[in-house]
Amino acid sequence: MKIIKVAQEWLGACSGCEIAMLNMGEKFFDLLKKIEMVHMPLLFDHKTFDEFQDAEIEISIVSGCVISEEHLHLLKKIREKSQKLCALGTCATHGGIPSLLNSWSTDAALKEIFSSNSKKDHLTFPNKDLSGFLDRVYALDEFVEVDILLPGCPPRPSLIREFLSKLIKGDFPSLPNKSVCDTCPTLRFGKGRKGIIKRAMENPEYDPNEPIEKMHCFLEQGYLCMGPVTLAGCAFYDAPPCIKARTPCRGCYGPVYSDGNQMLEMMNALASVGIEWKTIIDRRSLLRFSGAHGLLRPYPGSK
Amino acid sequence: MNANIHINPITRIEGHASVKIFLDEKGEVKKTRLLIHSLRGFEKFVQGRPAEEIPRIVTRICGICPWMHHLAASKAIDNCFDIRPPLAGNLLRELCHLLAHIGDKILHFFFLASPDFLIGPEKSHYSVRNIIGIAKSFPALTSKVARMRQLVHEMLESFTGRSIHPVASVVGGFSKPMLEEERKELLKAASKLLDFALFSLEFAKKDIFGPNQDLFENLGTIETGFLGMVDNSGNLELYNGNLRLMSKDGEVIDFSPEEYESYIEENVVPWSYSKVPYAKIWGKGLSLKIDDPKGVYRVNSLARINVVERISTPHAQEALEEFRNRFGRPVQNTLLYHWARLIELIYASERVIQILNKKEITDPNVRKKAEPKAGRGIGCVEAPRGTLIHDYTTDKDGCIVKANLIVGTTHNTAAMNLSVEQAARSFIKKGYIDEEIINRIEMAVRAYDP
Ligand code: SF4
Ligand code: SF4
Ligand code: SF4
Repeated sequence: MKIIKVAQEWLGACSGCEIAMLNMGEKFFDLLKKIEMVHMPLLFDHKTFDEFQDAEIEISIVSGCVISEEHLHLLKKIREKSQKLCALGTCATHGGIPSLLNSWSTDAALKEIFSSNSKKDHLTFPNKDLSGFLDRVYALDEFVEVDILLPGCPPRPSLIREFLSKLIKGDFPSLPNKSVCDTCPTLRFGKGRKGIIKRAMENPEYDPNEPIEKMHCFLEQGYLCMGPVTLAGCAFYDAPPCIKARTPCRGCYGPVYSDGNQMLEMMNALASVGIEWKTIIDRRSLLRFSGAHGLLRPYPGSK
Repeated sequence: MNANIHINPITRIEGHASVKIFLDEKGEVKKTRLLIHSLRGFEKFVQGRPAEEIPRIVTRICGICPWMHHLAASKAIDNCFDIRPPLAGNLLRELCHLLAHIGDKILHFFFLASPDFLIGPEKSHYSVRNIIGIAKSFPALTSKVARMRQLVHEMLESFTGRSIHPVASVVGGFSKPMLEEERKELLKAASKLLDFALFSLEFAKKDIFGPNQDLFENLGTIETGFLGMVDNSGNLELYNGNLRLMSKDGEVIDFSPEEYESYIEENVVPWSYSKVPYAKIWGKGLSLKIDDPKGVYRVNSLARINVVERISTPHAQEALEEFRNRFGRPVQNTLLYHWARLIELIYASERVIQILNKKEITDPNVRKKAEPKAGRGIGCVEAPRGTLIHDYTTDKDGCIVKANLIVGTTHNTAAMNLSVEQAARSFIKKGYIDEEIINRIEMAVRAYDP
């Protein structure tokens, strides 16, 4: 059998996706025996893609969003050298948390950060030798063709393994369009209790000695839970991990359909359990994992 | 003459950075710069968000130490809303913090740093100087290390749902209490971690520090001050305590994290997106001149081990005494960060067992109800990479209006620049540079675990 070449690269990323890969544990090493990992800066001292022929790498796995010229340049190069490109993690597929920045222009953000706590009012702006920033945060498929989307912040290790095994066999894996609620065992009665959204200032009602199946759904208890508008994929053992921790879903796998809009869909979901969406204090946060693709736009009047 | 050298990216580190080296016409090093590339605007985009959501957002600053951001933010938001979590809530937070430290130290030492010593920069091509090379030459060790990392992640996951980008620390405390069965299971696992921690230091002394003594004594060594956390009697603390700033001559000042702005200041420099903090309390400003640096202090393992009087757990204290007998105090050798990291690995493992043996740990009262309000809150913990400070101001609705975050690596910006320059000057002669020299320079950065 031909040993296939795989590359892994990170752009505007937090390293969590790579750590999730390592969290396959010994299975990660088993996997590495079946492929030739030609590039992965977290683990290997291999620095550039220049030496590869066009389409020489069978599979490239790229995490992170695109926010700088350098990311964009690298992304285009990887695309050229790879047969298949897999976007790993919600930053790569939908902008992820960094795309919250799209509520402002990158200029405004930089100014703020470099003046914030300086008493001397010196505005030295860093610019030497550093790559320039784009006007906003982008997902990979806004610039290049992406063959496989594996969202999750980060995707669960066993899911990454499953995707990689299929990719190596030549398949194009994808997640079925189910929602987190479809994988959630909490009790539901079909109606919200209060009509307004409560802020997460206390724990929900539950008995810690009882399993998660006995807890009443967060949304129906009146807490914001984004399970209805979030792609299923995180659940393992018996429940989605955040729900298992007795905290609500915040949407980290992005929308159920990859071109969905978690904010609009959540407003519908709230209406269907009788909760007034206007009582959410910060509606932009509903796009906190999926603000790329032009969904999160600058505040009116902000430059 | 080949004028400038750009090592881009520095590999086997947990973030994004590169090194520029400027040579003069004779090919000698004129100056160097370590460039930190990542800047992702967290201080800006947390503005307007409800404060109770912040601990679940700032985790994405770093996927390697998300727990530390999660917890520093939780502590800061508690302070904004003027609320003190119940004892069990605090203990559960500290427990997770220590487990995350353990996972990180195993990752950094064995996966990222050890290839430089076990395989060695001179003997090897880049394609074997890595964890796969280690896996081939030391299969039993590698599978043990992989299992231990896995164990830590499973401990965090089984109890809190998520080990990467956690959610269980919430304003006012913790989202769920620990059950007695969970406590027993975790205690069993924790004793395996302690055994592994003790093994790691012995292994490293024999197979890493011993054979590479020359490197450990010289590479990247510079003279600076240090910053780290201590308790009221000067013991090592990772979760809750005062900060202690030590000058290069060993004089110390202790202060509460709330007062950080009176002791350190962040400078903006034109060549880095990372700000450059320095010790303003020393009154000499900031200078990065290699033979006479001013205002420069370091954080992370070596700094913490330098500033403490002692460590409250027995095995770690013993390791500290041996370290001090050999190297003195404060220790300036940059590569000894690795050794200090393993002493902390022992402390964290011992402290996990201590906490799991406290009867309050299973108290069902883990969270107090909070009320949103206007305020300012500072939260500080020791992250693996150094002192982490989150500082937020909220408006009357309890939404963020202002944020300042100083992360571990940022404190080390000045010092890493000096170490890189020191390494470059001692290895690059007449403009000659090869793969081995490049890796030596990277090793000076890697020690700081940026
Ligand atoms: S998707 Fe999440 S885990 Fe992955 S790089 Fe982005 S923030 Fe990190
Ligand atoms: S809304 Fe949340 S708690 Fe309710 S079923 Fe969906 S995921 Fe579960
Ligand atoms: S429950 Fe929601 S926020 Fe939590 S891991 Fe699943 S998708 Fe992500």
